[in-house]
This record gives sequence, C-alpha cells and structure tokens, in this order.
Amino acid sequence: MEATYNYKVVRQFAIMTIVWGIVGMLVGVLIAAQLIWPDLTKDLGPLAPFLSYGRLRPLHTNAVIFAFGGSALFATSLYVVQRTCQTRVLSDGLASFVFWGWQLVILLAAITLPMGYTSSKEYAELEWPIDILIAVVWVAYGVLFFGTVIKRKTKHIYVANWFFGAYIITIALLHIVNSAELPVTMTKSYSAYAGVHDAMVQWWYGHNAVGFFLTTAFLGMMYYFIPKQAGRPIFSYRLSIVHFWALNFIYMWAGPHHLMYTALPDWAQSLGMVFSLMLIAPSWGGMMNGIMTLSGAWHKLRTDPILKFLITAMSFYGMSTFEGPMMSVKTVNALSHYTEWTVGHVHSGALGWVAMISIGSLYHLIPRLFGREEMFSIKLINTHFWMSTIGVVLYIAALWIAGVAQGLMWRATNTDGTLTYSFAQSVNAMYPFYTIRLIGGGLFFAGMLLMAYNVWKTIAAGKAVNDARIPEAVAA
Amino acid sequence: MDAGLLGSIVTVVFFILFIAILVWAFYRGNKKKFEDAGNLPFQEDADEVRKPD
Repeated sequence: MEATYNYKVVRQFAIMTIVWGIVGMLVGVLIAAQLIWPDLTKDLGPLAPFLSYGRLRPLHTNAVIFAFGGSALFATSLYVVQRTCQTRVLSDGLASFVFWGWQLVILLAAITLPMGYTSSKEYAELEWPIDILIAVVWVAYGVLFFGTVIKRKTKHIYVANWFFGAYIITIALLHIVNSAELPVTMTKSYSAYAGVHDAMVQWWYGHNAVGFFLTTAFLGMMYYFIPKQAGRPIFSYRLSIVHFWALNFIYMWAGPHHLMYTALPDWAQSLGMVFSLMLIAPSWGGMMNGIMTLSGAWHKLRTDPILKFLITAMSFYGMSTFEGPMMSVKTVNALSHYTEWTVGHVHSGALGWVAMISIGSLYHLIPRLFGREEMFSIKLINTHFWMSTIGVVLYIAALWIAGVAQGLMWRATNTDGTLTYSFAQSVNAMYPFYTIRLIGGGLFFAGMLLMAYNVWKTIAAGKAVNDARIPEAVAA
Repeated sequence: MDAGLLGSIVTVVFFILFIAILVWAFYRGNKKKFEDAGNLPFQEDADEVRKPD
C-alpha cells in the first residue's frame, strides 16, 4: 500500500472549527446584547438561570478559545506536521482518540458551565473531572504530535512544528500546575494554592495561555500557511529561529501584569511589566517576518482574499502586541485595568489575529481536504474578509473609547476628594459603545455563517481525500 | 545557595544561551542549511510546484 497522509483527523477538526466558531461567537453576541438589555433572557422561565450573563461569559470564552481556536490548532498542526515531516501521523487510533476526547471536553464544558459549575479561575473554569480528561487528551495529543515528528522522513524539523511543539508542552505544564485542586464533590473543588499565590499561579497560567495557546501556536499556523498561500518561502528562516527562542525565553514572566496594584509584591509587578515590554521585540520581529514574506509579490494581496485574511491577521498581531506591552506599563494600567479597554485589547488579538489567521488557513485547507482546486466562491471569501475586518475595527474602536472614558470617570475626584461620578453613571455612559460593539461582533459572527455556507458548497462539490500520497524520499 | 543567587545564575546562563542561539542562527556556514529548511513546505508534494510570481 502506498504511504498516505491521515486527512481524516484534519478534516474532522477543520469542520468542528467552523461549528464551534459559530456557537462560541453566537454566545458572544448574546452576552454583548445582554450588556445593553440586561433583561433579555429574564422571561425565559426555567431557562433563564442557564442563560444568565455570569454563566454564559465563561461558556463564550471557553468555546471560542478552546473549542474554536483549539480545533483550528489541532487541524492545522496535524496537517502541517504530517506534510512537513513527510510522514503519516504516528497512530490513526490515537488521532481519533484526540478528536473524540476533545469533543467530549467541549460538550462537558457546554453542559457544566451554564449549570454554574465552575472553579472560578478565568479560562480554567472547568471542574476537576474535566480537567483530568483534558490532561489525558492533551498528553495523547503530545504523543501523537512528537511521535510524528520523530518518525519524520525529512532531516530538518520545519519551524512551524517548533512553534506547535512549544505550545503543546507549555499548555500541558500550565494546565496541570494551575488545575492542582482538592476535590470536595464530583462538581466542586478548591484550588491547591491560597491567596496571592493562587492569583499569581492563575495569571502565570492565564497569560501563558495567551502566550502559548493564542500566540505561539497560531504563529506555527502563520509559518506554514503564509508561505504556502503566497507561494514563496518565509522571508527569513533565520529570523524565525530567533523569533521562536526569544518568545519562549520572555513570555513565561509576563503574567504579573494582570495583577498590577494588587497584593502581589511590587518587584513581581515590575518584573511582569519589564518582560511584557521586552516582548515587543520578538513579536514585531515575527510580524515583519510574516508580512515581508510577500515582498516582491505584493500584487497578490489585491487578488487573493485568503492572503488578505492572513496578512491582516499579522497586522492585528502587530497592533495587539504593541498595545499589550503599553497596557502593562503601570501608569497606563492604572487607567486601563478593569475597563472595557482590556476587553477591546483581547478581541483585537482574538478576532483580528487568532480568528483571522485561522479563517485564512481554513480557506487554504478545506479545498485540499475535499479534493477541490479552490473554495466554492472566492467572491464570498472577499465579502467575509471585509465583514470580519469592519467588524473587528468597530468592536475595538468602540471599546477603546469606552475603556478610556470608563477609566477617567472612575478616577475623577472633586476638590474635596469625593468621587465625581457614581458607578452607575459610568455604566450609563457605556450604552452607545456597547451598541457599536454588538454591531461589530454581529458582523464578525455573520461572516462565519457566510464561511459555513461557502465550506458547505465546497464539500458538496468535492469528495473527502483519503489518498494524499506522501512523496518519496527527498533531500534536506 | 539562596534563591536570589540561583535566580541570577539562571538569568545569566539563559542570556548567554540566547546569544549562542543568535550566533548559531546567523552563522554564515548555516546559511544554506536554513534556506533549505525554509523551502520544506514546498518540497512536500511531488505534484505541487511553486506558483510563479
């Protein structure tokens, strides 16, 4: 039998990326609407508690990060590792286990979070039995990925795999350390850490989840799909090596910037700020590397909406990795923390960078997985691109203004030292911005529906590829 | 050895390690090797040729 790639697991995860993207973003649109109309779901009788903001918010974050982003990463990492190592995945059975295991985690999250079961740690809300399942699936994924790298036919390990590898190892470490907890019942546990230590462990986890899940891993995507879609190798392979190691050396210590002006020792806060500022260098180096890959072929950007997605994602990556370090500066943080600015910053990263690089990569991937030359409609990709871009810009611009206004209102004092504004007044000032945010988010969500239609038509016209041939021995 | 000293040593070792990585990445003798590595995504499929610019 001729050696072939395992496209089945890639296909499964690719389809679920779109499904969970739609679900996760729909929940996001719903809670954005609840901020404008708090009574939106109040009259739904017995359903109301399950649809309350406090329960849906973690459902939204978990769904978009781990279900949508996670599936996109499983799909692309398993595709890229096979193709750049020129070998089939280590084990088809293990690949199926990783797929179904991860879907079970998502399903359990979708049930337990609306029921109110939570460990209360941000981005790590799931209770201990699910935490154990995540650890098992993740270790299986690690074995699958590294096992495939080990049995590679190429001499060199392509840089994208380095990024994916760092992400897999780091997420295992973060998840296991931060999820150390004492179970009381099946659905309730207490953190193994107390007080400020708990806060520091949580944000060491939380920021590195941003650093290694939402950044390093998606950079792995960037290092494969931008060169492929542009039809030319990465601008500087050597820069990509420096990019990789610089990110890994620095990211681990940026977490304390989430705990400015708290009980965390001052030196730790300063350390977090300094490391956050240093991160600008590797982040921008990586961004340049991605964008400059197009140098000499800029005209392709005019005609290829997939490249537009990928390159715009790099621009948002550059923008949010500049904004982040600025927000970690103590004096800026004094204004920005706990305001809508933070939410805007997260979405410039999550929608502008993470979602757009994933969408671009999927548009590249889907036709190849279903034996088509290209997507059903290139025009619809272009429409999707503009909906996404306008959506993100509306979203983040609204929350910048909202956040700064909020911060200024909170800190304003009268000459006698009393507060100028009550909290309710600052909430009231948010309405117009919440409305613009809802429109922006709704536009981005609608774009995903358009993508689902385009993918559906592509699949309907195509046929699942299960015989993608692995080329015979090659040099280098 | 206290934690402060250990932390200082680790910081210096990591810094030197990073400089070593920089030198390795930009060492002239490795140029060809890394350029070949950069072409890996295009060598993967015999049927797929690089798109002309």
